[in-house]
Amino acid sequence: MTVPEKKIMLGNEAIARGAYEAGVKVSSAYPGTPSTEISESLAKYPEVYAEWAPNEKVATEVALGASVAGVRSLCCMKHVGVNVASDPLYTAAYTGVRGGMVLVAADDPGMYSSQNEQDTRMVARAAMIPVLEPSDSQEAKDFVKYAYALSEAYDTPVILRSTTRLSHSRGPVELRGREERPDIPYEKDIAKYVMMPGNAIRRHVAVEARLKRIAEDANGFPVNRVEYGDLSVGFITSGIAYQYVKEAMPRASVLKLGILNPLPRRLIEEFAAKVDRLYVFEELEPVVEEQVKSWGISKAVGKEIFTRQGEYSANLIRERVLGEKIEADAPAAVPARPPILCPGCPHRSVFTALKRLRLHATGDIGCYTLGAVPPLGVIETTVCMGSGISMLHGIEKARGGDFVRDWVAVIGDSTFLHTGVNSLMNMAYNQATGTVVILDNSTTAMTGHQDHAATGKTLKGQTVPAVDLMELCRALGVKYVFEADALDQAELEAVLRRETAREALSVIVARSPCALLKGVKFPYKCAVDSEKCRKCGACLKPGCPALTRSADGTAAVEETMCNGCGLCMQLCKFGAIEKKRAGE
Amino acid sequence: MNELNGGKNIVIVGVGGQGTLLASRILGRLASEAGYDVKLSEVHGMAQRGGSVVTFVRYGEKVAEPIVEAGQADVLIAFEKLEALRYLHFLKKDGVVVVNDLRIDPATVSAGAAAYPEDVLGTLKRARRTVAVDATEKAKALGAPKAFNVVVLGAAARYLGFPKEDCLRVIAETVPPKTAEINRRAFEAGYALES
Repeated sequence: MTVPEKKIMLGNEAIARGAYEAGVKVSSAYPGTPSTEISESLAKYPEVYAEWAPNEKVATEVALGASVAGVRSLCCMKHVGVNVASDPLYTAAYTGVRGGMVLVAADDPGMYSSQNEQDTRMVARAAMIPVLEPSDSQEAKDFVKYAYALSEAYDTPVILRSTTRLSHSRGPVELRGREERPDIPYEKDIAKYVMMPGNAIRRHVAVEARLKRIAEDANGFPVNRVEYGDLSVGFITSGIAYQYVKEAMPRASVLKLGILNPLPRRLIEEFAAKVDRLYVFEELEPVVEEQVKSWGISKAVGKEIFTRQGEYSANLIRERVLGEKIEADAPAAVPARPPILCPGCPHRSVFTALKRLRLHATGDIGCYTLGAVPPLGVIETTVCMGSGISMLHGIEKARGGDFVRDWVAVIGDSTFLHTGVNSLMNMAYNQATGTVVILDNSTTAMTGHQDHAATGKTLKGQTVPAVDLMELCRALGVKYVFEADALDQAELEAVLRRETAREALSVIVARSPCALLKGVKFPYKCAVDSEKCRKCGACLKPGCPALTRSADGTAAVEETMCNGCGLCMQLCKFGAIEKKRAGE
Repeated sequence: MNELNGGKNIVIVGVGGQGTLLASRILGRLASEAGYDVKLSEVHGMAQRGGSVVTFVRYGEKVAEPIVEAGQADVLIAFEKLEALRYLHFLKKDGVVVVNDLRIDPATVSAGAAAYPEDVLGTLKRARRTVAVDATEKAKALGAPKAFNVVVLGAAARYLGFPKEDCLRVIAETVPPKTAEINRRAFEAGYALES
C-alpha cells in the first residue's frame, strides 16, 4: 500500500478536502468568518461545482435541491448564518435527503469576528438534526466524509460544527483520492418532499423515530472515542476542547464525543460509572452537561466551574480542576490596537461626511461596522445582516418622518444583496421617507474579498452579468436613487444634505472600490507642505493610519502606508496637502 | 504540561497586514518536514484590519492544543515593537524575543487617547533575552521594503534550530516565484545579524 501524501492544512481546507474526497458535486455558501475558506478552497477542485449564494438560506436550499436530485451536496456558513438558513434547515430535517447533505456551521467562541456567541449545537437539537464535531484538521476531513455516510444511511441532513480555533488552525492531514459516486436516480416522491401539513405530520413521526435510532446506534459510532487512563478523573468533551484536556491532563480518562446530537447515552453512562470525578468540558452552552445531568448523573461538573463565554484553554483546566496558579508575568499595560479602516478606505470618507453633517446612522455587518468606533463614531446600531435598513424604518414608524431627517442607514453592497433588499422593499412598500446609503466597494471586503451578484464574477472565476444596484433599487419602488463618488467629500455632502431633507425614500450608492481589492491602483500619495500646515488637525480627525503629527505639530504622511485617496487633502482648508505621483 | 520533545512554542505577533500568516506557514512547513507533529493557529477576519494580530506555531513529538498560552513560548517573533511588549508575558523566563525595531502607532495613540511607551527595546531587554532587528531598513536597502518580515524570520532562524538551507528552500517554495530571489536575500540579511 502506498503511503498517503500528508499536507499541513487549515481546518477549513481540510473540511473542503473531505467534501472533495466524499464525492460532493454541489456546494453553495455565503462568506462569513470563520467559514469562508471552505468554499474558496473547494472551488479549486474542478470536479466540484461551488458558488457564492446571496445568503445562507439560498445556499441551504441549493444544497437541498442538489441532494434531492441525487448527488452529495454541501452548504457552509458561520454560526449566525445558520439563523438565516434556519427556515429551510428545520424542514430539511423533515424531508430528509436523497444524496448526502452536509451543512458546515462555524461557531465563533470569543467572537473574533462576530456579533454574538451562539452555539449551533442548540440549533441542531431544536431542528432534530445530527451534529458532528471534529477536534483537528485530520478529523475535520474524516468527519465530513463520515457525515455523508450518516446522512445517506439515516436519510437526514447532517451538521458539521466547527469553531474559529479549529477552522483557523493548521495541522497535518493525510490526503486520499476522490470517491466518484454515481448519481442516485431521481424519483418523484411528493409525500417526502412536499411539506404541506398532511405529509409533514407523517414526516415528523419519521424524524423522531430516526433520531431515536441514531441515538441508539451512536453508542457504536467510530467518531466517539473512550480513552481510559487515570480513573479518578474523567472528562466528557469534544472538538477543540478535547485538545485542551489532553494538553493539561494527558493521563486523565476522556470520553471524546464525535457526535453531539443525539448523544450516545449508554456510552456516556458507562464512562461516568467508571470514573470518580466527572467533568463536562464544552465551550459555550451546556448542551451535553444538561442532558447528562438530566439522566441522573449528578456528579457531573460543568458550568459551575467553567464559563459559557469565550474560548477555553489548557490553563483553564489547570486553574479550575488542578487548582494550579499559572506562572506567568502579568500582561504589560500598553495602548490597545483595535482593528481600523485601512488607509484609502472609502468607508472612512463616507463616515467623515456623515460626521461633518452630524447625521445618525443605523449600521450593518461588514468592515464598515468600524464606523461605530472613535474617532468616527457615527454608527449607532448594528445587529445583523440587513438590519440597518429595517431598523431605520422602525425608527421612522415609531417617531415620525421628522425624526429621521438627520438619519441614514448604511449597508455594504454584499450585505445589501444578502438581506438588505427585503428591508428596502419594505421601506418602499410601507411609504418610508428615510435615506439608505449603500457603501458599494465592489466586494465582500471583511471576509477577504469574495465576489457577489453585483461584482460580475463567480466563485469559480467566471465573468457573468452583474446586478445593477441602482436599477434594483428603482425596481423595488425607490424613486430617488443617486450615485456618488465615495471619495469626494463635496459631492457626498451635497447629496446627503439634499436626500436626508427630502420627505421621500431615497438611496445613495456611494461608490469606490475597497482599497485592498486586487487590481485597485492608487497612483498618488498625499504629501503635506509643512510650510503651509497650520497644525489645526482637521486632516487627522478621520483617524487615517497613514497620517500622524510631527514633533513640530504639523501633519505628516507615512508614504509607505498612504494610498492617496485624498480625504485629508479635501479636509485641509489651507491647501497644505497635495496629491503627488508616487515616487515624486 | 505536555513535553514537546525537541519542539518549540513560537508566538508571532504584529499589526494586521504585516505577514504573520506567511511567517507561520513557513515555520509550520519547516517543522513538518523535520518530522515533527505541528499545529498552527491564526487570526482572520475583522481583527486583521490594522489591529493587533497573533499567530501560534507549535511543534514537537505530539502537539495537542493549537495555541500557546502565557509563559509557554520559547521564541516570540514581533514585526512591531509595541506588539512585542503586548505579548512579552507569553515568553518563558529563558525565552528569546526577536523584534523588528519598528514603531506603528495604534489608532488609540494617533488619536491622542494613549501614549506610545518610551524605550520599548530597553523594557524588552530588561525582561528577556532580546534580539532587535532593523528589518525595515535592511529590507529597504535591498529594494524590497515589503520583505522586512523575511528579514525578521532570518534573524529568528538561529533560535529555531532549523538548518539554514532548509529555511531557504521552504521560503522559496512558499512565496510567489517572482519574489523568491528577493526573499532569499532578505532571509540572508536577517540571518547574518549578530545577536
